[in-house]
Amino acid sequence: MNNSIAYRVYDFLKNFPPFNHLKADDLLKISTEVSIIYLEKGDVIFKKGDPFNSVFYVVRNGAITLFHTTNENEQVVVNISDGGDLFGLRPLIAQESYKLTAKANEESIVYAIPIDIFRRVSADNTNVYKFLITAFATNTFDPYTAEENSKIFVDYLPNTSKDIEYFQTANYTKNPITCHHHSSLKDAAIKMKNHKIGCIIVVDDNDKPVGIITNSDIKNKIATGTFPIDTNVGNIMSSPVITCKKDLTVAEGQLKMVQYNIGHLCITKDGTENSKLIGVLTHHDVLATLGNTPSVILKEIKRAKRTKKLRSARLKANHLLKSYLEQNMPIGHITKIIAQINDAVTVRAIEIALKKMPKKPPVKFSWIALGSQGRKEQLLFTDQDNAIIFEDVPEEKHKETQDYFVELGKLVSKSLNKIGFEYCEADMMASNPDWCKTITDWKAQFSDWILNTDDKAILLSSIFFDFSHVYGKKSLVNELSDSIYETLEKTSVFFKFLGRDALKNPPPLGFFKQFAVEKDNQQKDLFNIKNRAIMPLVDAARLLILQNKIKGVNNTAERFEKLADIDYNNKELYQSCAYAFKALSKFKTKQGFLHNNTGKFIEIETLTKEEQLKLRRCFKPIHDIQEVLKVRFDLKNFV
Amino acid sequence: MVWNWFFKKKKEYPDFWLDYLAHFKKKKKSDIENTRFVAFDTETTGFDKIEDRVLSIGAVAIIGKTIPVNDTLELYLKQDVFKAETVKIHGIIRNGSEEKISELEALKVFLDYIKDAVLIAHHASFDRAMINNMLVRHGMGKLKNHFIDTGVLYKKSLHIIYKDNTKPYTLDYLCSELNVQPIDRHTATGDALITALVFLKLLARLDKRKHLNWGYLLNR
Repeated sequence: MNNSIAYRVYDFLKNFPPFNHLKADDLLKISTEVSIIYLEKGDVIFKKGDPFNSVFYVVRNGAITLFHTTNENEQVVVNISDGGDLFGLRPLIAQESYKLTAKANEESIVYAIPIDIFRRVSADNTNVYKFLITAFATNTFDPYTAEENSKIFVDYLPNTSKDIEYFQTANYTKNPITCHHHSSLKDAAIKMKNHKIGCIIVVDDNDKPVGIITNSDIKNKIATGTFPIDTNVGNIMSSPVITCKKDLTVAEGQLKMVQYNIGHLCITKDGTENSKLIGVLTHHDVLATLGNTPSVILKEIKRAKRTKKLRSARLKANHLLKSYLEQNMPIGHITKIIAQINDAVTVRAIEIALKKMPKKPPVKFSWIALGSQGRKEQLLFTDQDNAIIFEDVPEEKHKETQDYFVELGKLVSKSLNKIGFEYCEADMMASNPDWCKTITDWKAQFSDWILNTDDKAILLSSIFFDFSHVYGKKSLVNELSDSIYETLEKTSVFFKFLGRDALKNPPPLGFFKQFAVEKDNQQKDLFNIKNRAIMPLVDAARLLILQNKIKGVNNTAERFEKLADIDYNNKELYQSCAYAFKALSKFKTKQGFLHNNTGKFIEIETLTKEEQLKLRRCFKPIHDIQEVLKVRFDLKNFV
Repeated sequence: MVWNWFFKKKKEYPDFWLDYLAHFKKKKKSDIENTRFVAFDTETTGFDKIEDRVLSIGAVAIIGKTIPVNDTLELYLKQDVFKAETVKIHGIIRNGSEEKISELEALKVFLDYIKDAVLIAHHASFDRAMINNMLVRHGMGKLKNHFIDTGVLYKKSLHIIYKDNTKPYTLDYLCSELNVQPIDRHTATGDALITALVFLKLLARLDKRKHLNWGYLLNR
């Protein structure tokens, strides 16, 4: 009987060694006995210590990661096999159990080749065996030998004293030397010489920082003759300056410097450039406080030329995250760092994608992050939710422009997926024309959701109302926020809908203070920490922040802190909500590491008594905040 | 009529039909992991369920996430009805080189192959009707197997906000959406393999969303 599928398997295998050394009818015999295996991302083909299978494998599509697990439960990647690569060869060579674990790195299809029939047809083919031995040796070769291993992780190993300093408030120079913006460069230079300093801040009449002059500015602009020595400081200063509030940590300071590629930060009274200068933080100050930092990772990300490099940088961030958690670092700081890294990864992925595009973007655009990335709360890898806003174009150019950005969106999501951010299952990504629109269309979209609220709008609001700018023209994002707040003025019903949605998951405690665990089959007896504890807080924070018309605060914990500042009556409640949120994200992340997933479901049984108590304490604020919402938005009778 | 029906029931069925029915006698409920699925496709002389005839049947089996290549089926049928205009789609000509068998022979092999597997097809109602009409022409009953339509399943897998009832979800569309290479499209076996891969990818999607149970899969 005919078997066309065997022929297709044959067509594929014949291109790759060792199969290309086999005779056609022999290979066809093998092809007929092959099994085609479909694997989802994360599926394990065999585990270290498993007894050997009667087959070995060839990757047809996708990629398979081979790793071994050290005694400390660290996973060390040995090889990533993709199209045409062989793996699981050990049973061919030795009758012993597997030494490595093979896991699907992405959605993959592999061919399982039965060993007995392969042996039979290739028995006396030396070429085949030579190849197999080599392939086996390379797959098993572990580039990270013991000493190198420790070198690789040395940056991230717990070094308590250093890391605690890292989260200290930065030790900046108070009362920095300044010069007035009308003074001449010569006067400024004399001041710098007298104080033996390498830079001077230029301030206006109200002591607000307007620019900065460094040694290299003088070298590049005066010594070269571009400007005369008595020129106004305004002509040669770098402006504007980047400002921070005074309680910033060393980590934040350094991240900002790497982000803007600068060496000096101005500390001002309220953190913006519109208030009085009170200090300067230099790169030197930062280096003096510490040695190794996540900025290493950020630099690596900025320099990455390929997605593969980005992936390895992002994986390092996971190690960093893990060690921070183990050391009980403040979760707020951890979240900030990871959010920075995630944004940097996205920015770099966009830059790489832009290079791949056939031409430059036709108009300016902004890439926005949605959902948890938009709230800057992503710790572990989660789904990617993103969108593109581009400038308005004439009607006849619209289709072409949108197509361009959708194409860009596709490239970026593809590489983000490679890096480890899974595709959004609801397809809320910039690669979807629905979420890649002009600023006017976006405004209309949001107005429609706000004014003609239906279930669909509420469903989407939890993702789309938490957008934040990642790349491109930031003013587009601000424009959209402004328009949203304008529209919100016109209605109060939308708030009621959001309120009802925020109450859909009541506090997760049942009778006798039992945890409300899942009742359905798959997740029976597991506690869904995301839906039952985290999301109610996220929803409540969003609603209150929208109602108070606060812009630019996206993180749930920060939102509650901000609310605590402005609503004195509920101050304590908001603070405890912020605390509960942080504690819950930490729980989720730790569980995620433990089980190598998103940490969404918690097995209550595995928690210690103390952890259970801690978790339970987080539920009270959820209950209280929901009561506040009920009263404030009059939701008792709103169904 | 009633008498007629009564006699029909008593009439002698061929052994292979009785063997096929026997698979359904014992009621066993197995989990999705260990169930044998068979994805199949028919190439026909046209789309008229009564007039047109099946030219070839292709089928592949799925157990767990594995498709064993040595457990596939590829049948070419002798043709009484021939339509030149569909040749350009399926490429099967009346006196082609493939070894052809009679309809009855094909049914025999097909039933023995599928047994009580859950059948999967794209736009399943057509393929189901084609096989059923074949069975009826030869004096047997209709297929007893459970059916899953990948088109329907795909629609179910979509997020509620993207459901579009007006869109016909073709196999080509699913291929591009789910990133399945359309190799050997429009041959029965090629389409059967494509349908199988589409099915596995959909299962994975559903599994992630915890929809994976028999009730969800089998009810339209």
